[in-house]
Amino acid sequence: MATAKKVSFKLNGKPVEVTVEPRELLIHTLREKLAHTGPHIGCETSHCGACTVDLNEMSVKACTVLTVQCDGAEMTTVEGMEQGGALHALQQAFHEEHGLQCGYCTPGMITRAYRLLKENPNPSEQDIRSGISGNLCRCTGYQNIVKAVQSAAKKLAAA
Amino acid sequence: MIPAGFDYHAPRSVADAVKLLGELGPEAKLLAGGHSLLPMMKLRFAEPGHLVDLGRIAELRGISQSGNEIRIGAMTTEHELLNSKLLAEKVPLLVEGAGWIADPQVRYKGTIGGDISHGDPANDQPALMIALDASFVLAGPKGERVVKADGYFLGLYSTQLAEDEILTQIRIPVPPAGSGWSYHKLKRKTGDFATAATAVMLQMKGKQVAKVAIALTNAGPTVLKARDAEAYLTGKAIDDASLNEAARLAMSICQPTPDQRGDEEYKRAMCGEMTRRALQAAHARAKG
Amino acid sequence: MGDMSDVKEREDKLQGMGTSLLRKEDARFIRGQGSYVDDIKLPGMLFGAIVRSPFAHARIKGIDKAKALACPGVVAVLTADDLKPVNLHWMPTLGGDVQAVLADKKVCFQYQEVAMVLASDRYAAYDGAGLVEVDYEELPAIVDPKKSMAPDAPIIREDIEDKKEVGHGPRTHPNHIFTWEAGDKAAADAAFKSAEVTVREEILNPRVHPCPLETCGCVASFDKATGYLTVYMTSQAPHLVRTVLAMLSGIAESKIRVVGGDIGGGFGNKVPVYPGYVVAIVASIVTGVPIKWIESRIDNISTTGFARDYHGVGELAADKDGRIKGLRFTALADHGAFNSHVSATKFPAGLFSICTGSYAIPNAYARVDAVYTNKAPGGVAYRCSLRVTEAIYLIERMMDVLALKLGLDKAEIRRRNFVKSEQFPYTTAFGWTLDSGAYHTALDKVLKAVDYEGLRKEQAQKRADPKSPTLMGIGISTFTEIVGAGPTKVCDILGVGLFDSCEIRVHPTGGVIARLGTMSQGQGHATTYAQIIATELGLPASDIVVEEGDTDKAPYGAGTWGSRSTPVSGAATAMAARKIKEKAKKIAAHLLEVSEGDLEWEIDRFKVKGDPSQAKTMKEICMVAHTGNLPAGMEQGLNAVTYYDPPNLTFPFGAYLCVVDVDKFTGEVKVRRFYALDDCGTRINPMIIEGQIHGGLTEAFAVAMGQQIPFDENGNHLGNSLMDYFLPTAVETPKWETDHTVTQCPHHPLGAKGVAESPHVGGIPCFSNAVIDAFAHLGVTHMDMPHSAWRVWQQCSALGVNKR
Repeated sequence: MATAKKVSFKLNGKPVEVTVEPRELLIHTLREKLAHTGPHIGCETSHCGACTVDLNEMSVKACTVLTVQCDGAEMTTVEGMEQGGALHALQQAFHEEHGLQCGYCTPGMITRAYRLLKENPNPSEQDIRSGISGNLCRCTGYQNIVKAVQSAAKKLAAA
Repeated sequence: MIPAGFDYHAPRSVADAVKLLGELGPEAKLLAGGHSLLPMMKLRFAEPGHLVDLGRIAELRGISQSGNEIRIGAMTTEHELLNSKLLAEKVPLLVEGAGWIADPQVRYKGTIGGDISHGDPANDQPALMIALDASFVLAGPKGERVVKADGYFLGLYSTQLAEDEILTQIRIPVPPAGSGWSYHKLKRKTGDFATAATAVMLQMKGKQVAKVAIALTNAGPTVLKARDAEAYLTGKAIDDASLNEAARLAMSICQPTPDQRGDEEYKRAMCGEMTRRALQAAHARAKG
Repeated sequence: MGDMSDVKEREDKLQGMGTSLLRKEDARFIRGQGSYVDDIKLPGMLFGAIVRSPFAHARIKGIDKAKALACPGVVAVLTADDLKPVNLHWMPTLGGDVQAVLADKKVCFQYQEVAMVLASDRYAAYDGAGLVEVDYEELPAIVDPKKSMAPDAPIIREDIEDKKEVGHGPRTHPNHIFTWEAGDKAAADAAFKSAEVTVREEILNPRVHPCPLETCGCVASFDKATGYLTVYMTSQAPHLVRTVLAMLSGIAESKIRVVGGDIGGGFGNKVPVYPGYVVAIVASIVTGVPIKWIESRIDNISTTGFARDYHGVGELAADKDGRIKGLRFTALADHGAFNSHVSATKFPAGLFSICTGSYAIPNAYARVDAVYTNKAPGGVAYRCSLRVTEAIYLIERMMDVLALKLGLDKAEIRRRNFVKSEQFPYTTAFGWTLDSGAYHTALDKVLKAVDYEGLRKEQAQKRADPKSPTLMGIGISTFTEIVGAGPTKVCDILGVGLFDSCEIRVHPTGGVIARLGTMSQGQGHATTYAQIIATELGLPASDIVVEEGDTDKAPYGAGTWGSRSTPVSGAATAMAARKIKEKAKKIAAHLLEVSEGDLEWEIDRFKVKGDPSQAKTMKEICMVAHTGNLPAGMEQGLNAVTYYDPPNLTFPFGAYLCVVDVDKFTGEVKVRRFYALDDCGTRINPMIIEGQIHGGLTEAFAVAMGQQIPFDENGNHLGNSLMDYFLPTAVETPKWETDHTVTQCPHHPLGAKGVAESPHVGGIPCFSNAVIDAFAHLGVTHMDMPHSAWRVWQQCSALGVNKR
């Protein structure tokens, strides 16, 4: 329909360039043009948070951002959490604390927890629960996710 | 979940944005945080031909104090409000209110200006603005004008903002020391819009109310100022009897829309209950 | 030598049964490298978007495709007319009915499928779908199932108007589906006649939806050259689906491959065959390219398998000491516009007759009348065996109702009626044989852990204080679940028995690959089944690969739903492993030059009795099995397959207790405490079990406290997105305290029963009982779910407890 635009940004540390219609949602660009299927789609009303990415040091729902808004941005998805073959403390903690079952909410949840711990490196349980209130999970009941975030917080603080 | 097509513009200054609005006409909509507009567009409840993104305009951001006034750029996000030390110290009601809006991700993008301008009675900022006696700076082709929050909100999706204007700044008089404040919001779950919510700013003189502002979220087609309740409480002590009457007066102006959050009866009663609790909490915080 | 520390070290190395082994599945999920159906891209793939009816009941006067076809990127628009040549515009359901794939002549529920637009990408498909013009003539809709059988009710299913039955016996009205009865009505009626006390309550189990985080979808790919159909699909039962597709399409079943990859939650929602799958398959056959169809969340909530919608009446007859003499439970079941209820052929109302629960009730009768309405078709089991939630909700609610009538404590009335430990195996009045249980022990353990007496004291104090801003409620649920469907003599779907399978291959260097007929959607099968094999074969779980879901590779099974994996496939796994172990023993005897009777098994090796230095490890035997050094006449290899037909279902049970505080002035209910004790027999992976309990309780919380699918009187949805459908966040979700007892299953090779659905089935009545208990002293005997703040407030207002 409308004029396609070239958009360049950094994705997990690497520069990428895509050509998109203005209406194209970031979640679709990531999943279909940039082969990053970590962030998932769970709704169309911006509620579930499965699409959460880290954009310019903010946790955002990629389903409610236009790709054209991301020119020059720095973006991290779950695929960028592992560095140099080493899992991020959060990834390791989710595994150790059984903070995932079907895995569908996990990319968005880990990406959100990553920013949460940067906002607040020593969160209380209540801080964590409200901190992840934009991410729905149907499998775990959240209890082990909270434990995972607490465990990662400890490890990151000690590092 | 796919919007219809549109053209996208990202001006770098308010002047450019105003010029664009003039050129593009009624087919253009402003894009602030996008978390009210884009969901509507994804369900095709809105199909504007042009989006004018305010996100690249640096002059629309920032929180500062000028004299006895706090000035907030319209594109300041709820997250920034929540984390502002200046606001925590000078206008804590705004910090409390921002914390009740949506969820962490939405707060990173949602803006105070967008929440005000959308004209949705379910949004929280309008009640906070009315309780704080805020004013809005509107920039248009003929220049700037400043309009008070009280009177700005006209009806469902309708405000004083003209089609060719942009809300650029929110100005809030610093509440006097010792003011009490509270935003009480009843919702079905975290992130939901209010079933009912009340914002209160309160100044006491001894045991009596010197000044009180009460504003109601989602109790009608637009934000409501509970003037009768305010007038009644002024000069009175805060006790069970006066709280009951204030709540009753607030309830009497409600015209809530029945939906899955509640029917008219419940929503009206909850408006009363939130008003009462907000008054109690504000009273507990007030010193004077 | 086998000193204790050496033995323990060898056992720990295996990470077998009973270990909280960290999950093998996690590695890909924490990296965002899962393979869910929407992640799949195939060359030339088109995207399909469904056009849906805005009306709940309407005739279709005409469909105009022109504008859609002119939309850039649109390749084709399929309607019922395009499916008629292959006779696929209708399809049989798993409930013995037929369902429209694409509506022909009329639509019977809002959002029903009318057309599919195929386009080069999902944006074009969506644009195209908005341009298909359908001319509807609206008809009056039936939304209240109580009105379905009125003499002047509009006929919903004109396509079967003349049919005298729809799979389950005679129909008495065009909107009637079936009537099912069980038990002994005469005996039950007699018990009621002579009873000292009777109670009766009308109890609704509202329509809700499993709402997994990933919606349903598929990529269907028909290869014209080979005639081979591959369907990647969100399916909890890939083999059953393959069989159904063969029946529907006429393609040989050997040329159909269904692949269940990673699935983002199922909870029963992903068992049925949905029209979207069938149209995508036909579209692929017609176009010769892969077709992807992924539904939206609103589509998911509005059209795929809902759950419950049982309008029940519960009656109990008892003596004055609270001992129940008779039970009569009936329900009006709203199946929507098509009966696509997943049900075993002999059980159109599922396993509803488990409704005597954990109690020894001598006389019982149950009856379910099912009707059509202008709503989405279904329902499915939402994290429960078929209709078990409905059954257990009824009995656990009625126990409280009876307790209230008699002025008896709600724990005590349960104690007086429990099946006693020495009565197992116990055959209920409906003919189910409960395998094992220890109900008194479970309940007593819970009551002690929470200081039940202290809680009742606190409640009494609060009740005596009119100034208390909250009402305190205590809810108890002592449930018995029926899972592990099931013995083929009673359990089949479309004729296919509900057995399950495991095929194990052991490699020369000791690695193992096992494939099963079940299908994980997050339950941790790759880890749990590896643990079973590790213990059975003495090989480390880290070397055991478990696969499910690809019908080309996996042996036939009925999939994962109704907590059947551990009871059926878990049993098959143990049996297959034991076949291998028997063969390994023969090889060991041959190698050690002793008779089999001289050998004993210890952890990971066969040892000669009395001469423990003579031993052969399973690892060594793996290699030998692939050589010529075998007993005469023995074939090479260490492989086995078992198809397991369970002798009975299994009956996990539990005792749950919930404490709530109700805000009288807003109606908000705060869960102060939830204590859940589960008994699932042998516990394979305690960490995974606990995770399942947390998840099931959270879904129970959501159902009891806020989920519903509301309609207006014209059949329009009033809350079918996540704006309104209650999925709790981490803030609302209570903290769960878990506990357990172990009462093994006598007929299962591992003594295990299955557990993942218990918390949902047992949790819902626990929450409900707690909320209602908060009002019990004011004469309230029942309140329908959901216990949303609004509804609870209405109760508070009606009682006048929140006057200011």
